[in-house]
Amino acid sequence: MTTPKNNLNNCATCPVHNKENLIKLGLSLDEIDYVITMAGNPNTGKSTVFNNLTGLRQHTGNWPGKTVTRAEGGFIYNEKRYKVVDLPGTYSLLSTSTDEEVARNFILFGQPDVTVIVVDATRLERNLNLALQILEITDRAVLCLNLMDEARRNQIEIDVRELSKELGIPVIPASARRKVGMNELLAAIEEVASGKYVCRPHKIKSRSAKLNHAISNLSAKLAKHFPKLPNLNWVALRLLEGDNSIIEAVQSGELGSINAQTETAQA
Amino acid sequence: MNKNELQERNEILSEANKARWDLGVNFHDTVIEAIYEDASRIARKTVKQQGEKAAYSLDLKIDKIVTSRWLGFPLMFLMLAVVFWLTVAGANYPSGLLASFLIDYMHPILKQAAASINMPWWLDGVLIDGAYLAMAWVIAVMLPPMAIFFPLFTLLEDLGYLPRVAFNMDSMFRRAGAHGKQALTMSMGFGCNAAGVIAARVIDSPRERLIAIITNNFSLCNGRWPTQILIATIFIGSLVPAGIAGFVSAGAVVGIAILGIFFSLVVSWGLSKSVLKGEASAFSLELPPYRPPRILQTIYTSLIDRTVFVLWRAIVFAIPAGVVIWLVANIHIADLSLAEHFIQWSGPFALVFGLNGVILLAYIIAIPANEIVIPTVLMLTVLSTGTHGMGEGTGVIFELDSVGDTANILHAGGWTLLTGINLMLFSLLHNPCSTTIYTIYKETRSVKWTMVSTFLPIVLGFIVTFFTTQIWYLWFS
Repeated sequence: MTTPKNNLNNCATCPVHNKENLIKLGLSLDEIDYVITMAGNPNTGKSTVFNNLTGLRQHTGNWPGKTVTRAEGGFIYNEKRYKVVDLPGTYSLLSTSTDEEVARNFILFGQPDVTVIVVDATRLERNLNLALQILEITDRAVLCLNLMDEARRNQIEIDVRELSKELGIPVIPASARRKVGMNELLAAIEEVASGKYVCRPHKIKSRSAKLNHAISNLSAKLAKHFPKLPNLNWVALRLLEGDNSIIEAVQSGELGSINAQTETAQA
Repeated sequence: MNKNELQERNEILSEANKARWDLGVNFHDTVIEAIYEDASRIARKTVKQQGEKAAYSLDLKIDKIVTSRWLGFPLMFLMLAVVFWLTVAGANYPSGLLASFLIDYMHPILKQAAASINMPWWLDGVLIDGAYLAMAWVIAVMLPPMAIFFPLFTLLEDLGYLPRVAFNMDSMFRRAGAHGKQALTMSMGFGCNAAGVIAARVIDSPRERLIAIITNNFSLCNGRWPTQILIATIFIGSLVPAGIAGFVSAGAVVGIAILGIFFSLVVSWGLSKSVLKGEASAFSLELPPYRPPRILQTIYTSLIDRTVFVLWRAIVFAIPAGVVIWLVANIHIADLSLAEHFIQWSGPFALVFGLNGVILLAYIIAIPANEIVIPTVLMLTVLSTGTHGMGEGTGVIFELDSVGDTANILHAGGWTLLTGINLMLFSLLHNPCSTTIYTIYKETRSVKWTMVSTFLPIVLGFIVTFFTTQIWYLWFS
């Protein structure tokens, strides 16, 4: 985990503060080492973070639902090439509107190397609902605690270290509009992508024993049929809930073979 | 093997079905509750709120005003009117400068250069009098208003005003049987209809999404604002003393925009009561906090993203259109050019709607981009009225230093206040541009609904201009 160095003399040599390590690639996306994706509630500044990383200037608007499709860009950091996919903002991954499905399918089937969850620091509790749902699907994530400047303006204090411990992933405070925290975010992304930081994502604790039993029962069956599928527990839960698009994916066998590049928002 | 697999999958599914029954009816709620419980526990552990939420209470106060029942709409229209007024007032002078440079200064130089290398007359005509002048005209007419309008509109957007507009309009759309989020896609349409059609993806129900797509064309887009602003300035601004002309013209444009919103609602209502029957679904709209816009960055991105993008698109379409205009004006059958044939042939029909053959032909040539309607109209008007003194000959889009010159041409072409009003109405109510039509097809994957979206506005446009014209004649004769 990247803890900001206290010793000022180290700053010059610390890779976190070395901007030379970042080359913004815009739209040129050849020979990718890692795929990362940006997810989060609407209007938390995902597109701003995306623009900061890729050097693209996708228009950012102050209204929920601005990004309805995926936007893609790239950058090089420490000689590794990253592709970034900006997903539509959603409040949950449980309903079935097009934008939520785009986001969910990409995290589920696209299997990004890192999912950057962008949250609004001034509305942390509500944003955590989505963050926890994402952590159910993917093991590798970084939480970008955005809009810290506004949180400070509203005298909100957040215990970043504790939050990171609870979620089991790196938590990076940031103010993307002012480009604050972007270097730390890059370093955290690199650590998770390269496997240097091993996430222990929070799993929902408040479930009944009966439900947990049903989930593990079903996911054992799924594992036999779809051996390559990650996040079996989540798929099992969706099946128990009767999620039609997941049921279809099981029925057609599509679930076993979905590739990130072919599924898109075209539905 | 395959059959086996299928069986296995179905077994998994039936197992899931069985377990679902065991878990009870409110199982879905418990899943969500578990997530909320964990989120709230973590938030309690990590978040500390000290003192008052100062900024929020200010936000709340502002929201009370801008979304209030009595002040919400007047404030919305006032804000739009101020934006237009600034655009109208600020654009005229730079437009004149650009026109005198690109057309008065550069055009003769290019003509001379062409003559000095003995370019054949038809090539010189197609390239310089057709393509170059069409492009120069589009830049001179479009660039200044866009460079003022887009940054202003983007500032409103960044500030967080659009969701408030949606909030104000939500109940109206719901009463029309459409989705409240249609207010957002409609606002996007004010920038670009193709973008608005894509934005309709935020609407979950296919029925409501289709309604949002079909009615998006009733939002005046980029390409149509300059037409509205110019025609309003010439025909409506000139009715009142010069001091208030700017305000009155801006008011007229706002009026057309409101009429567009009205048609959006009426057509949504009509569709949801007939072919797209159904109840409006509920949704929750989050009003984002007001964020002080970063003015310089907003100006930069709106110039790059919108102004240059739209201008580029206009130029790309204007160049071939310029060629087409030059050709239809210079290919003669019998004694008349193709353009004159069409204009004379369609004239009587157009007159019923208070339009003229020139406008109809211009709208056919300008299907790829609404932006080039006005340049095309002017060129064709000169052609059909033989105002050769002002232009440089057949099929040339000629120089116009100011709005006044444009007005002279249109008046010479037999245009009246009624023609101006009808053009503004027809500009609001006609087929979407080809990009939007293609986008509608891509989004709906349905030829039928693409055709409906294309022809419904034209039919409405003819109905509205017909009645406007007939009532006008009754009134003034």
